[in-house]
Amino acid sequence: MNETTEDTADAMFHALSDRTRRDILRRVLAGEHSVTTLAAKYDMSFAAVQKHVAVLEKAGLLTKRRNGREQLASGDVQAVRSVASMLDELEGVWRGRVARIEALLTEEN
Amino acid sequence: MPVTDITKDVDNRTLTITAEFAAPVERVWSLYEDPRQLEQVWGPPDYPATFVDHDLRPGSRTTYFMTSPEGEKFAGYWDITGVEQGSRITFRDGFANEDLTPNPDLPISENVYAFESVGGGTRAVYMSTYDSAEALQTVLDMGMEEGARSSINQIDGFLAQDATAR
Repeated sequence: MNETTEDTADAMFHALSDRTRRDILRRVLAGEHSVTTLAAKYDMSFAAVQKHVAVLEKAGLLTKRRNGREQLASGDVQAVRSVASMLDELEGVWRGRVARIEALLTEEN
Repeated sequence: MPVTDITKDVDNRTLTITAEFAAPVERVWSLYEDPRQLEQVWGPPDYPATFVDHDLRPGSRTTYFMTSPEGEKFAGYWDITGVEQGSRITFRDGFANEDLTPNPDLPISENVYAFESVGGGTRAVYMSTYDSAEALQTVLDMGMEEGARSSINQIDGFLAQDATAR
């Protein structure tokens, strides 16, 4: 791994380490939101929310565009995960679940 | 391993898992009727699930929450749309607010669980379909992860993709 990808990983881990930023990311992955709309969802100042958005943007998880006075933010789904890799992760969840079902069924025999 | 087949349909965002259990189908079915057993298998040990309401009948709503290692709670619900006693359950799985009411802003998955008797054991087929890539993303982000493993995969996947793009 070269320094650039290490930096990217650092930025991404940092961005995802905060609950509010994860929540913002969930919203913008579902659709474009203005920063003003996002700010209204949280009990914090507009500047604080804007800062969180900037951290996500720096990590490449979110993109912003301007529309007049508004700043519109959307999540970059491709940057985060491809559908195939997400299905792989779900497979992991299900393998865990099936193993737990088997363990529960075996326990009582 | 009890998992006998895995089918991933990327275009339709559907995951189908087939598993065989060495227990009669009635026994496996009873696990889905009993919230105390269901919560033992739904969430991973570090994200334990608590089922609050659960009555396996068409039209009923199951509510549950999962607790992260940090104590963060992720609530969900099932709207049970169909039950064929002993063989099939269909339900919509969605996210809920803290008070367990459905959160309409978050995605829903369509699920079909089917069970049949195979030589004294049970074949179970679990099929989940997600509306969009964003829906899948959200589901994975909301505590369905098996510990930290998936966030690490996520980063690895991102880096691999990033490297390919260059």
